[in-house]
Amino acid sequence: MTTSEKYVTAAYLVLLCALLVYLLIIALKVGRLEEELADLTRSAREKLGG
Amino acid sequence: MWLLSEHSRGPSLRFGPPLLAAAATGLLVVGFGLAFYWAPEDADQGFSQKIFYLHVPIALTAYACFGWGAWKALRLLWTGERRYDLESYTAIHMGVIFGLLTLITGSIWAKVSWGVWWSWGERQLVLFLILFLFYSSYFMLRFSTEPGPRRERNSAVYALFGVVLIPVSFLAVRIAGTILHPTIFTHEGADLPGEMLAAFCVCLAGMLSLAGALYLVELSGKRIDASLRELKELLA
Amino acid sequence: MSAYAADVAALARKDLLLEFRSRDTLPAMLLFVVSALTVFHFALPGGSSERAETGLLWIAIVFTALLGLARAFAAEREQGVLDGLVLAPSDRSAIWLGKTIGVTVFLVLAELVALPAFALFFHPLSWELVAAVALADLGIAAIGTLLAAMAAASRARELLLPLLFLPLVIPVVIGGVGASVAAEPGSFLAFLGLYDAVFAILCWASFEYVVTE
Repeated sequence: MTTSEKYVTAAYLVLLCALLVYLLIIALKVGRLEEELADLTRSAREKLGG
Repeated sequence: MWLLSEHSRGPSLRFGPPLLAAAATGLLVVGFGLAFYWAPEDADQGFSQKIFYLHVPIALTAYACFGWGAWKALRLLWTGERRYDLESYTAIHMGVIFGLLTLITGSIWAKVSWGVWWSWGERQLVLFLILFLFYSSYFMLRFSTEPGPRRERNSAVYALFGVVLIPVSFLAVRIAGTILHPTIFTHEGADLPGEMLAAFCVCLAGMLSLAGALYLVELSGKRIDASLRELKELLA
Repeated sequence: MSAYAADVAALARKDLLLEFRSRDTLPAMLLFVVSALTVFHFALPGGSSERAETGLLWIAIVFTALLGLARAFAAEREQGVLDGLVLAPSDRSAIWLGKTIGVTVFLVLAELVALPAFALFFHPLSWELVAAVALADLGIAAIGTLLAAMAAASRARELLLPLLFLPLVIPVVIGGVGASVAAEPGSFLAFLGLYDAVFAILCWASFEYVVTE
């Protein structure tokens, strides 16, 4: 691979990397939201006599 | 309490994310494919010019995000509807991410073109640095102010300042170039041949769709967060 | 219209009288700017160009302005007066205009000391530089006043004000330094005028959103 090609590939890899990092962040967020929602559902069931 | 009752899920929110994501996928794959397989190689810059199809759409998308954020900020100040605060915040959040990507890809392009990672003569990069600093301060403003109408309004006014800063800084960097930091290197070449322009447009459309899809997903996440918090308070 | 002007004058006069009696901000600004210029002398290696020295003058002006702006709403905060001002019948943008005039006066007074000190320590000034400083003062005061009000609402106001202020002041520095060193200062001075006009209007129009609870 020429030097040119290496840098061009690196630039496009940066975008790929950013998107994958974003996916990771969203995955963590969804997990946290699911846990919180489960907690709240349990809380509601207790409070309102599900 | 504002979210559960005041916000309605119209069709744009149900179908927006998947549609935009599909559009982004299609357009970016086709766009990059055209850029590498179909568009001719630049006579002067050679293969490294291919970064253009990545860097410039990202830069323009960042501007679009800041503009969108400023529009939502204006709507907030105009109508006082609280939902515009989250929308403005999310748009600027996206803008900063794309702005950071602009700086990184721009730096790589500078390195491969001229052998330096940074050049004060490259006007786009300098402009983006100023904007990146400005909008990063936006986050500082939000983090250090208590949530509430005060924070919403301050953020909105600051977002408007940002969008005014864009042309002012552009002009400033331009006149600075004539005297202070001579523009030795520049990517501003001659007009693009037809194939390059076509490939570029597809990439641009794809990048804007990507930003749109990410924006809607991020907004959804923030809204869910806020709704959950509201529920927690109601059940406590 | 004249009621508005009267409000603005009253607010500006109040700030200036307060400062004249308590004398805490202005002496600090004067001392700061002279100290900064002294530090700059030691920061510049021997044989540095006049252009570098001029650049540093602008840095001194920007940071002296920040020092003054940090105190812009301090008096109101300490006496809990800002809410009273906001509830008063006057247009809230009058608060901004009155404050900005006050800040501009402080800056000009600080520069009456700073510029001669610079001419003494480094090299003589040109009239373009003085004109640029005058124009820059207006822009700095305009945005600084609004940003100080914004930062006042936050928990970390001493940290936040410089962060909000510096990116916005970059064009002012470009215009100011350009006007000071360039062969053709006209376009830089015109740019400073444009900056002042654009941001003054924006600040004037948006100030009420920043101070209302």
